[in-house]
Amino acid sequence: MRYLLLILPSIAAIWTPFYNSVEPRLFGVPFFYWFLLALVPVSSVFIYLFARLDRP
Amino acid sequence: MIDHLNWPATIVFVVFFALVTVLGFFAARWKSADLGDIHEWGLGGRRFGPIISWFLIGGDLYTAYTVIAVPAVVYAIGAYGFFAVPYTILIYPLLFVTFPRLWNVTHRKNYYTASDFVLGRYGNRWLELAVALTGIVATMPYIALQLVGMEKVIEALGFHGEGLYAHLPLTLAFVILALYTYKSGLRAPAMIAFVKDAMIYIFVIAAIVIIPIKLGGYGAIFDAADKVFAAKGGAAGLTLKQAQIAPFITLAIGSAMALFMYPHSMTGILSATGPGAIRKNAIALPAYSLILGLIAIMGLMAHAAGIQVKNPQDAVPQLFLAMFPAWFAGFTFAAIAIGALVPAAVMSIGAANTFTRNVWKPFVNAGMKPSEEAVLAKLMSLIVKLGALAVILFVPTQFALDLQLLGGIWMIQIFPAIVFGLFTRRFNSWALLAGWAAGTVVGTWLSWGPTAWLPVHSVFDWGISAYNGLISVVLNVAIAVVLSLLLPREKRGEIVDADFADLPDRP
Repeated sequence: MRYLLLILPSIAAIWTPFYNSVEPRLFGVPFFYWFLLALVPVSSVFIYLFARLDRP
Repeated sequence: MIDHLNWPATIVFVVFFALVTVLGFFAARWKSADLGDIHEWGLGGRRFGPIISWFLIGGDLYTAYTVIAVPAVVYAIGAYGFFAVPYTILIYPLLFVTFPRLWNVTHRKNYYTASDFVLGRYGNRWLELAVALTGIVATMPYIALQLVGMEKVIEALGFHGEGLYAHLPLTLAFVILALYTYKSGLRAPAMIAFVKDAMIYIFVIAAIVIIPIKLGGYGAIFDAADKVFAAKGGAAGLTLKQAQIAPFITLAIGSAMALFMYPHSMTGILSATGPGAIRKNAIALPAYSLILGLIAIMGLMAHAAGIQVKNPQDAVPQLFLAMFPAWFAGFTFAAIAIGALVPAAVMSIGAANTFTRNVWKPFVNAGMKPSEEAVLAKLMSLIVKLGALAVILFVPTQFALDLQLLGGIWMIQIFPAIVFGLFTRRFNSWALLAGWAAGTVVGTWLSWGPTAWLPVHSVFDWGISAYNGLISVVLNVAIAVVLSLLLPREKRGEIVDADFADLPDRP
């Protein structure tokens, strides 16, 4: 189950039809761009959580 | 030749370049050891802790060419160039799961390259050779493209020359690089990476704060780019066209599979002190992906700033000249040029290690001592770099671009032998070799277009296109699986399951 932490951000990253839109914008940045940029730190946090669970 | 030189920018550029040159030679004394040993010269003695590794691997993977090419694609067609972001999200879970295992086994068995591991796992010299040649052939054009990145910023400084003189600064820079890599080995790019990465973070942060202030905010930047793309028509746009979605996804997946197969990725990661350092880096390296995403957006900023260039690769350098004082543009160009040195050095070392260990030693001179390996690897690193320079000087750049595109497709074909080999012994080495051969041939054939080499191809008549690397590796895996089931069990290599068990990091 904990492997979901590694898989979920990756799936989000290639679920392109979901984020292929201009709206909703954030500070003027289209969704397509801010979603992908925000996903980068999120994926890093998920790997960190996985590492914590992997090695208690 | 230097009549139109931008002096403030050029002076800053030369000062920083001189600084890293000193560092490159000084690096030979860092963590001092016998650099006549290939383990020390070619792998830094595996003594790079989490922080040094973070700088080295980051500087190694996010190359100068990437920093020029990604925003160039975004400038030219918009959203499609942003595939680099999902691509670099996919690589870190993969790094986390696979490379600590690879480090453990390579350290226990004293391996230096991917091909060493393949031989140890399968005991098949021909599979070892296939993996080695794939890595070397794919790396050569990649080094050449680092030079293209460097030359773009030298041009932006206002340097223009005729004939061979046009490449004079580039040649000079590259010869210096070749000399200190020869002397200091992997320590040189590791030390330079500190300077390079710090400079890149500074210019990117300055750019994402100051440029929007000058251009009226992010909303205005994206709107302006949208207008330019709308006028241009075709595939260009702020979001992907329907037909671009499948290529976008498959290109991200395929590029992620290929990246860590390159010899320079292997060299960079295996030089870490241990599995702990690698895991920490899988968590911390995405910081560079964020930077790459922001650099990609500079392709759109260029439109908002009204930058019009024939070659999209000039867009970002011109943007900096337009938006910043000359000295800061010089600083940025120095960051990009130094950004070419780190990967170029690591690539040449990775290719040289591979040639020495997996081509020359097994097939020409089996009795080499580690000191003789180091002599040959150092020599090869020079030859590899001179070869790349010759490609830039004498062959049209398009040739290097095409080879780089094909190189990625070839690189993926060793993914099954290495990554599957880290987790299972079920694959037969001849089945993997057959899959590799089929994947390489089909991937190349799919890319052969009527007028140019193309990275994507339509899949049957499903109405979608996909990245050729991914199509061909699916075929590769299918062949490897089926033949592994059909062929009789073979005698394996020397690696046993216990060799993958976690080791503590080295002090």
